[in-house]
Amino acid sequence: MLSIAKHCALRAVRARSGSPSLIAQSRSSSLTRLLSTLAILEQRDGKLNTGSLGAVTAGQKLGGSVHGFVAGKAARSIAEEAAKIKGLEKVLVVENESYERGLPENWAPLLVENIKKGGYTHVIAAHSAFGKSLLPRVAALLDVQQISDVMAVEGEDTFVRPIYAGNAILTVQSSDPTKLLTVRQTSFTPAETEGGSASIEDAVDPKAESPTEWVSENLAKSDRPELASAERVVSGGRGLKSKEEFDRLIPPLADALGAAIGASRAAVDSGFADNSLQVGQTGKNVAPQLYLCAGISGAIQHLAGMKDSKVIACINKDPDAPIFQVADVGLVGDLFEKVPELTEKLKSQ
Amino acid sequence: MSSKLRILVPVKRVIDYAVKPRVKSDRTGVQTSGVKHSLNPFDELSIEEAVRLRERKQPVEDILTVSAGPAKCVDTLRTAMAMGADRSIHVDVPEDKPLEPLGVAKLLKAIAEKEQSNLIILGKQAIDDDSGQTGQMLAGLLNWPQATQASKVDISGNEITVTREVDGGVETLVTKLPMIITTDLRLNEPRYASLPNIMKAKKKKLDKKSLADYGVDDKPRLKTIRVEEPPVRQGGGKVEDVDGMISKLKELGAI
Repeated sequence: MLSIAKHCALRAVRARSGSPSLIAQSRSSSLTRLLSTLAILEQRDGKLNTGSLGAVTAGQKLGGSVHGFVAGKAARSIAEEAAKIKGLEKVLVVENESYERGLPENWAPLLVENIKKGGYTHVIAAHSAFGKSLLPRVAALLDVQQISDVMAVEGEDTFVRPIYAGNAILTVQSSDPTKLLTVRQTSFTPAETEGGSASIEDAVDPKAESPTEWVSENLAKSDRPELASAERVVSGGRGLKSKEEFDRLIPPLADALGAAIGASRAAVDSGFADNSLQVGQTGKNVAPQLYLCAGISGAIQHLAGMKDSKVIACINKDPDAPIFQVADVGLVGDLFEKVPELTEKLKSQ
Repeated sequence: MSSKLRILVPVKRVIDYAVKPRVKSDRTGVQTSGVKHSLNPFDELSIEEAVRLRERKQPVEDILTVSAGPAKCVDTLRTAMAMGADRSIHVDVPEDKPLEPLGVAKLLKAIAEKEQSNLIILGKQAIDDDSGQTGQMLAGLLNWPQATQASKVDISGNEITVTREVDGGVETLVTKLPMIITTDLRLNEPRYASLPNIMKAKKKKLDKKSLADYGVDDKPRLKTIRVEEPPVRQGGGKVEDVDGMISKLKELGAI
């Protein structure tokens, strides 16, 4: 019902803007004026998660107004933080503890209500664990075919995304009235968190019950930079042979570079490193200034997660390993000798 | 709801994960003819989990696998049955008009309702389109709870505890049947189908259906404008030693 109302309103505005024959020609400009984007902002423990601010950047690329959306226990104070984000016109806020853990069962009806009320043409979330879990559920409720992991915005309805583990780049055009997107964090720099002055407004809260209960979490504690957004990443693979060797060689090198730690699937599967450190098609996507890896052969699935890094360096004893085909700097050698030597020499710089 | 588990496992036939996909020269898609296809790796995990629930003496009444696609999907379903699924449904969808995730979700909703499924286990993503949407969409359409990227599943009566992979670690959720689970790589190690089981699978029930049987609209919402090769990265060659690596990294401004 509401979406029909929105279309009627759109038509009315277009009708007012000129004769029907002119509408086709001025379609893009009149649409630009009417575009409005809802950017879903993530929070953790009452703090804005800047990793989700690529959604705002993507919204700005579309043109039109961009509104932010926050919900949770301390949503009001997060909204005040969010109001300073550059490029946001308004921040919608729902202060309700039931949304604290980002459960899609009650978040989806919450967003559906607010998307319908606001008549948004675009809804954008980060392609994070939260965005990936939530947005398709919202899309189904709105009867929309979502577009995942968007790397570029080509127009109001045209988007670019990777398929086949990044081995092909697909450009698609959506015919849905509302476009739902999750955006790749490494493709859209987070919007600045200072300099904006958005208004804050209460959103509708349908107070849907969640049949799912959040019990606990176990997050890998680390003082290192966060993997997905780190400037430098040091990554280890199967070649490290054991968890002991991984722990002995990789963290000191990462420390010497102020880098985050990553791992290949083989290293994670063998228990050398935590699951959350996996880089690749099914793990994290990273695009740091420097991606330095040791003992990683460079399987298709791993390359999918790191080949957009600015500089790739690798140490591997197999000169024919596929990783050398993408590395800017490759060193053929035994990582058990080369990694400690590199660590020492970097430390003494 | 009875506590008997009626598990639905949707599976997809995709280009084998070890094959490097080639983009067609007319930029309309990826070359699929004459290329090795397999069961989507995440779907193998789904079947394995369903079979393990039965082996763990859970009251599993039925494990049904479903695939929507061209005739060759039958091979995929036979593989799933050789791994331990009881029966399967093949929904015929022409190769040149594949369903989008929303269409698949609508089809699965219709099947789940007809088959009275109460647990649907899907892969977290198909390794061809990498959308990662179908499970969540299905959960939304059915209004069932969902646990995506599951790495551990425990069922006790009507209650399900799922540990899921999230950014930075794991989280644990508790919910009740019926529900949707999507599998992460860490959930289990799928078994190989043994020859006797492959032979037995040939005798298992496989129903052929069409989209019309379930009243599903297959009109796509997305139009492919083009498919391109990603920019090729030129390897910068090799260095002799650690000093060479450090100076090259400096030269490139990486350190």
